[in-house]
Amino acid sequence: MKKGTEESVQEEFQLRTRLRWLVDKAATSLAVLSTLLVILPLVAIFIYLIIQGAHSLNLAFFTQIPKPVGEVGGGMANAIVGSVTLLVIASLLGVPIGIGGGIYLAEFGRGTKFANGVRFTADVLNGVPSIVMGLAAYALIVVPQHHFSALAGGVALGIMMIPTICRTTEEMLLMVPHAVREAALGLGVPNWRSVLSITVKTASPGIITGCMLAFARVAGETAPLIFTALGNDYWSTSLNQPIAALPLQIYVYALSPYDDWHRLAWAGSLVLIVLIVLAVSLVRFVTSRGVLKGAS
Amino acid sequence: MGVGIEVANLNAWYGTNHTLQDITLNIPANHATALIGPSGCGKSTFVRCLNRMHETNPIARVTGTVRMGDLDIYQGATPVEVRRRVGMVFQRPNPFPTMSIYDNVAAGLKLNGYSNRKSLDEVVEKSLKNSALWDEVKDELKKKSGASLSGGQQQRLCIARALAVDPEVLLMDEPASALDPVSTSKIEDLIFQLKSQYTIVIVTHNMQQAARVAEKTGFFLNGRMVEFDSTHKIFTNPSDKRTEDYITGRFG
Repeated sequence: MKKGTEESVQEEFQLRTRLRWLVDKAATSLAVLSTLLVILPLVAIFIYLIIQGAHSLNLAFFTQIPKPVGEVGGGMANAIVGSVTLLVIASLLGVPIGIGGGIYLAEFGRGTKFANGVRFTADVLNGVPSIVMGLAAYALIVVPQHHFSALAGGVALGIMMIPTICRTTEEMLLMVPHAVREAALGLGVPNWRSVLSITVKTASPGIITGCMLAFARVAGETAPLIFTALGNDYWSTSLNQPIAALPLQIYVYALSPYDDWHRLAWAGSLVLIVLIVLAVSLVRFVTSRGVLKGAS
Repeated sequence: MGVGIEVANLNAWYGTNHTLQDITLNIPANHATALIGPSGCGKSTFVRCLNRMHETNPIARVTGTVRMGDLDIYQGATPVEVRRRVGMVFQRPNPFPTMSIYDNVAAGLKLNGYSNRKSLDEVVEKSLKNSALWDEVKDELKKKSGASLSGGQQQRLCIARALAVDPEVLLMDEPASALDPVSTSKIEDLIFQLKSQYTIVIVTHNMQQAARVAEKTGFFLNGRMVEFDSTHKIFTNPSDKRTEDYITGRFG
């Protein structure tokens, strides 16, 4: 009788061990599968873009402006410069305001009604469709000025960057341990100084990631530019004039009935993605040395 | 040189919780004073009132007077001024994670706008020597991050950081409770050396530690100070029954 019980306990133990092994393998496989699914779209898009667009890339693409319909060749030099211009304006507006707002939410306004209102507004702003952002910039800048401009496009993109940067900055600052703040205050460092030199510095890798995410997101936006930057088939570096942008150019070319323009649109898409990857890598590289060394 | 601290009718609250009730005592200059008592008795709150860290919590409140030499720290000074004269070492080592060893020690001066490189070098060296860490780190001052040191080294780094701003008082809130016995004895040796130059207040759960390092000991219970006397008297012949019960391990 006793022996029988012992055997059944043994059996159950073996059964459970096998079951545990199975569950472990299943969970690991699911995780690996999910990871592959995350990477797959990006890799697929990238490969497809290279297949479709790489053969249209040549020196002319980077040095010439679009040619009239019917003429072969031409490039997107003006759109590349235009996109860079728009993104610089957007970053100059979005990064300081976003980081400043995040610092306020996490460090100075914590728990106040005003801060809760700002946080709520930022979250709503994050969900506003990008075309509506374009309309806002249209009403604020284009209508009073009576003309489309690079400035209006940059502002539209900049406003779109603010909520993402603001909220990630707040989250990252809140992750800095309380002990680190206390250490600074305990040394007789004024609060504002402690926030800027200790807390923000400690959180800077995360804050930079937030800025990069916002940047990469607006870099590919088309809708907010349609009635702000408008697009331009000619050279323009004036902030007060309509300016070309890669996403806009791709949009127009992809919808056109001309094969030549389709090829340029593919090439433009490839260049846009490569530019975003380059910009993100460059910021990572610069911030991993120099002033912010040690922050990551 | 250290200064004495006179505390009179000190009360402190967290929200509606009256955590310190009518504390009155005189902490002597250039000696080590230990505060003992069970968890939650208010001893940490008490030292945090001495450098006005208590009020950094938005729901906290303090009444009463604390005099440090000629200075009334709640009437005659801002929190920032007080904290420059009163250094603090926390329970868990908390070096600035993004800074090198050198920058950690120099942080207090640098963040207050002090930038003379040569004298910063001198202060850093002196502070690290005073905290008995110099020999272990002198070759990697600017290369190694403060967070890469061992727990005991980190705590001595935090002591050096506190000493670098040249305070008159050093508050230590259970400075050795997260450390192994070897590191603990190093910290205790340090307290022994430092008390000739600074007034030291140390909160501890370890009664042997209090007996080893402090001339004076205060026993806290439920937000009140039960007894304050020479360490020898507290541990051999306490006047209050509750002190005796705590010391002999009957509760707490």
